[in-house]
Amino acid sequence: MASQNKRIAKELAECTNSPPPGISISLPNDSDLHTWHVVLEGPENTVYAGGRFGLVVSLPTDYPFRAPTVTFATRIYHPNVTNDSLGNICLGPLKPENWKPSTRLAGVLEAVRALLIEPQPDDPLEARIADEYRADRKEFEKNARTYVQRYAKGPVKFDSAVSATAGGGAGSGDDKKGAGAATTGSGSGNNP
Amino acid sequence: MDTDDDFMSNVSSEDDILPDDSENDMSGDEDFGFDDEPDAHIDSQKDDGYKKKAAYDISFKVYQPSDVQKQQDELINEVNMILDISKEEAAILLRHFRWNKERLIEDYMDKPSQVLDAAGLATTSAGPPRMQVVPGFVCDICCEDEPGLQTFALKCGHRYCVDCYRHYLSQKIRGEGEAARIQCPSEGCNVIIDARSLDILVTPELTARYHELLHRTYVEDKETLKWCPAPDCENAIECAVKKKDLDKVVPTVSCLCGHRFCFGCILNDHQPAPCELVKKWLKKCADDSETANWISANTKECPKCNSTIEKNGGCNHMTCRKCKHEFCWMCMGLWSEHGTSWYNCNRFEEKSGTEARDAQAKSRVSLERYLHYYNRYANHEQSARLDKDIYHKTEKKMVQLQKESGMSWIEVQYLNSASQALQTCRQTLMWTYAFAFYLARNNLTEIFEDNQKDLEMAVEALSEMFEKPIAELADSKLKVEIMDKTSYCNKRRVILLDDTAQNLAEGRWTFNTELLGSGANGGPSTRR
Ligand SMILES: [Zn+2]
Ligand SMILES: [Zn+2]
Ligand SMILES: [Zn+2]
Ligand SMILES: [Zn+2]
Ligand SMILES: [Zn+2]
Ligand SMILES: [Zn+2]
Repeated sequence: MASQNKRIAKELAECTNSPPPGISISLPNDSDLHTWHVVLEGPENTVYAGGRFGLVVSLPTDYPFRAPTVTFATRIYHPNVTNDSLGNICLGPLKPENWKPSTRLAGVLEAVRALLIEPQPDDPLEARIADEYRADRKEFEKNARTYVQRYAKGPVKFDSAVSATAGGGAGSGDDKKGAGAATTGSGSGNNP
Repeated sequence: MDTDDDFMSNVSSEDDILPDDSENDMSGDEDFGFDDEPDAHIDSQKDDGYKKKAAYDISFKVYQPSDVQKQQDELINEVNMILDISKEEAAILLRHFRWNKERLIEDYMDKPSQVLDAAGLATTSAGPPRMQVVPGFVCDICCEDEPGLQTFALKCGHRYCVDCYRHYLSQKIRGEGEAARIQCPSEGCNVIIDARSLDILVTPELTARYHELLHRTYVEDKETLKWCPAPDCENAIECAVKKKDLDKVVPTVSCLCGHRFCFGCILNDHQPAPCELVKKWLKKCADDSETANWISANTKECPKCNSTIEKNGGCNHMTCRKCKHEFCWMCMGLWSEHGTSWYNCNRFEEKSGTEARDAQAKSRVSLERYLHYYNRYANHEQSARLDKDIYHKTEKKMVQLQKESGMSWIEVQYLNSASQALQTCRQTLMWTYAFAFYLARNNLTEIFEDNQKDLEMAVEALSEMFEKPIAELADSKLKVEIMDKTSYCNKRRVILLDDTAQNLAEGRWTFNTELLGSGANGGPSTRR
């Protein structure tokens, strides 16, 4: 659909010409406008500062009528991101019942960044991390920083989501409707 | 009348809907037995002589699809007139208020603009919505800017090309099954698309689907309405029993299509067991299915000569073909003890506590107890199926017999009635065992077990007659016996249900579990 690509091309141009703060975008494959690679800088004054996080944005064939999926390619310790190689995110605007075709990807990416600045423990994908965030902030911050040191330093790799073996978090997880919206479906595992 | 006033709504009762079968005891209707009610009341209500419906009886009303449409239309017209707004807007407001007309009118009178806003009806009106070509227009969704592009906007003024609008609507309606609350495609705009705008934009086919979905939301939005769960049935049932009442009443309703189901949980009729017990019981049975699997086997060994005995009818009175030993399929005990006042097959004898001192012994006792009830529960379920098989076989033979002997069809209707009675009574018996499993002993349990025993004995007796060879069945003496036994079974069932329902309504049973769901049920609470 030519007109559909017109919209995506326009968004891509806008995002590359004047990218949202702390965000840079590239196409892994120039002939495929439907997969974007995004590098997100850990925002200053947060536990994620100094880290660089890879995000994979996949646009469905009938984008923008259906929501894109956004996943972390870099492991991150966060209440709203599954603590596994899938890196599913629970993001309000991406839920099917909230998604509007006029919503822009730039806005979505800014929402992801805002989530790093202010996690939403009341709507968690990782209940344990959310509990820790609320009850023992020091411990949470320590763990989050350890993850940054271990996973979010150096060149960003986008293939980890594909190559890493799926973790063993069998059958658990908060299967909120539409949460995460990973390409692999909703059954995200909560690895301990 | 005090106890179930809460459950009586102003809608008419079952009696108004179902054909009154009091003059024809042989009616094939499943709801036989209402003619027996006065007798049942004399038995169970000693205090006064007023006539009331049985305690287990629930007021409800069945609506056909046209009734459901008419109700919506009436409400929409009323709001349209009272509030002086268009029908489309009235419909959107009613849906926003989940069809609570009184609250809508009250709120609207109080603060109209806030109500309109919250319901997604922006107040700035720029004439009725229509398609339009706007010079210099760029569609914000597809980024198309061709001159002459047809565009559309709701009252909010967020304008998109018609193609995008159509795509969006079909995605919502077909893809997500949404109808009543489709918003303007603009981010953050909560203006709701109305039926008239939709008619302008999409194909008649999609409009039809949209109205079908709207129609469904009317029923789904109202706590007092539920769809009949029978496949292919389009009726809705209205009943005033609320979720919070489900520890006091088991609201069985029956649709015009013949399906009897629980208004509380939509499962098949499970009187006398309250919904929460049913839920727990079914979960327990599923969890313990392996332990209990052997029970549903169709064959057992004769307790005397060990030859294999197959059960092919519903009746639990078994006679070994080889040694002629007569025994009970359920407890494997002597059948001769079952017809007497010593009948004890339904009761689980709690062993004295001294035996069960250590944990292992305790868990064995608790398993035995579960198996006792599960055994009987599963057996009645299986027997109901087998009774039905027998009936179908008999029916075939009867048709044959009629052709040969010239007997009229009506004359064998008593077999149909007997079969229906067996089905319904076994269904009740089945659930009495789940009920009993969760029942803590008090001074009422013995009466319950006696009622259970009486119904069970009556059912087994009828079931046995039912398996007689066809030649005997056609005999008028057996026919009268079957008719009598059928009516007796129905009567015993009414007595049992009436007693359990009254005690439930008055909170006189004690259960060893909670009767109301925690509310958190079904939430994503599992974690490791
Ligand atoms: Zn467009
Ligand atoms: Zn709008
Ligand atoms: Zn029905
Ligand atoms: Zn129920
Ligand atoms: Zn034998
Ligand atoms: Zn027995």
